[in-house]
Amino acid sequence: MIELDHITKRYDGRAVVDDLSLSVAEGEFCILLGPSGCGKSTMLRIINRLVVADAGTVRIAGEETTALRPEILRRRIGYAIQSTGLFPHWTVADNVATVPRLLKWPPKRVAARVDELLELLRLEPRLYRNKYQHQLSGGEKQRVGVARALAADPELLLMDEPFGAVDPVTRDALQAELLRIHRATRKTIIFVTHDVDEALRLASSIAIMDKGRVVQHAAPLELLQRPATGFVADFVGRQGLGLKLLAVRRVAERARDDETAPGQPVPLEASLRDALSAMTERGTDRLPVADAAGRRVGVIALADLVR
Amino acid sequence: MPVRRVLADPLMWVGLLFAGLLLGMNEFRPVLRWAFPQTVPVIYDRASFPMLFLAHLALVATASAAAATVGVALAVFVTRPAGAPFRVTVGTLVAIGQTFPPVAVLAIAVPLIGFGARPTIIALFLYGLLPIVENGIAGLEGVPADVREAADGMGLSAVQRLFAVELPLAASVILAGIRISVTIAIGTAAIGSTVGALSLGTPIFDGLVADNLPFVIEGAVLVALFAIVTDMGFARLDRRLRRHAVAG
Repeated sequence: MIELDHITKRYDGRAVVDDLSLSVAEGEFCILLGPSGCGKSTMLRIINRLVVADAGTVRIAGEETTALRPEILRRRIGYAIQSTGLFPHWTVADNVATVPRLLKWPPKRVAARVDELLELLRLEPRLYRNKYQHQLSGGEKQRVGVARALAADPELLLMDEPFGAVDPVTRDALQAELLRIHRATRKTIIFVTHDVDEALRLASSIAIMDKGRVVQHAAPLELLQRPATGFVADFVGRQGLGLKLLAVRRVAERARDDETAPGQPVPLEASLRDALSAMTERGTDRLPVADAAGRRVGVIALADLVR
Repeated sequence: MPVRRVLADPLMWVGLLFAGLLLGMNEFRPVLRWAFPQTVPVIYDRASFPMLFLAHLALVATASAAAATVGVALAVFVTRPAGAPFRVTVGTLVAIGQTFPPVAVLAIAVPLIGFGARPTIIALFLYGLLPIVENGIAGLEGVPADVREAADGMGLSAVQRLFAVELPLAASVILAGIRISVTIAIGTAAIGSTVGALSLGTPIFDGLVADNLPFVIEGAVLVALFAIVTDMGFARLDRRLRRHAVAG
């Protein structure tokens, strides 16, 4: 559980983060969403003390972050940023090994962990271990950045627009990877973005920020259905609201389990939006549904989407 | 093909030429006699060239090692939060050191500490500080902000960040500063001969005083070759340092 308690940060007298309170449950994928300059990145950096707050406290699992030296605290918190900040003079393996080595893990354990993480991020260790940053594409760099953030198995992962600088196709793939990793590891993630669709896709909860405050903190569906203020409604967008609602609902919620249909199945974990897209594409109003193991477990029909 | 690489290596050839001249200048006696029939003797004989070279090397090595140590330390200091307020002052002081002609430094130093190698080393040190400090600051400030942020975010301490990230990434630029400084020092050390420091400049000044042109040529050629070999050596070191730094 991460608790942000009445946090304020001023620059030149102007409050960038203004008496902000927020609590994020363990295992939650919380997205700080808001326009540029709303203080979301500053808030993120206050958590790992890259920025020192003027007032307020941050508690991780009940412990105040100021109880530890900043370096010690940061080694327990994964951190990934948009520009990756990979060390250009180190190989991919060395980059991923950064925090485990700071924690003085034995070399064998470090090497095993590096390979495990590269595999988790779908970077074939044999091919990527000894590469340097300049030999990687933008998406690969970002994967290495995420692997590095996860390396020492941190209790909390902070991500500052990690996919902001990659092309849409790569971003899509990386988002899917991150969702998969979150489901597999149940790590608490706090993720900053200004991209509403990204937030709706990834988040288990979204904290909408404006002028240094959290305007509303809720599950994506609730945010869409019951925006607390006009700002929230405007920001998540009144236009295409229906599609956004479909984007945050899973096929699993609407599938019928007593029927079958031919064709390539959609996974239970897919969003209703993906299902609608597949139906439109294939010119059908019924799709088979498969579980994680690939077993066909039912059907989703067009009527189920609008139910 | 390593043999071919060695043969095609300009550093090796210039180095061999330099070593050959240092050890075998006597072989040129007939040529110099023919070119300067009026001059006697034609080969500098008050000290051996290898000895002059070692004395020259000692002057440069001492002064440059001190300039590199102090220069990099100053650059590190003024790029830390604690040292930031001193940045302008350090820059100005170091620039003043550079604007002093080395001869003027010698002129001031001799009455204070006497003749010989010491005033020369001080002059070389002061003169060589500027490029090292300037490049040191440029190199350290050139470390990308996101890399520094990532280093902090991963939990590197300030010292770990400096040694593991900042200095290696700035190494190439810092080395360029040291290279300029050392190359200048090799040329400037010759002037030390005017205040009694032994160096490859000694034949030059003795030759000027005695109106002996061959002495001047011998000293000048050796000083130039020394500087060129050293510069080429630094170029090689720089390529090695840059291997992973940049590229497509």
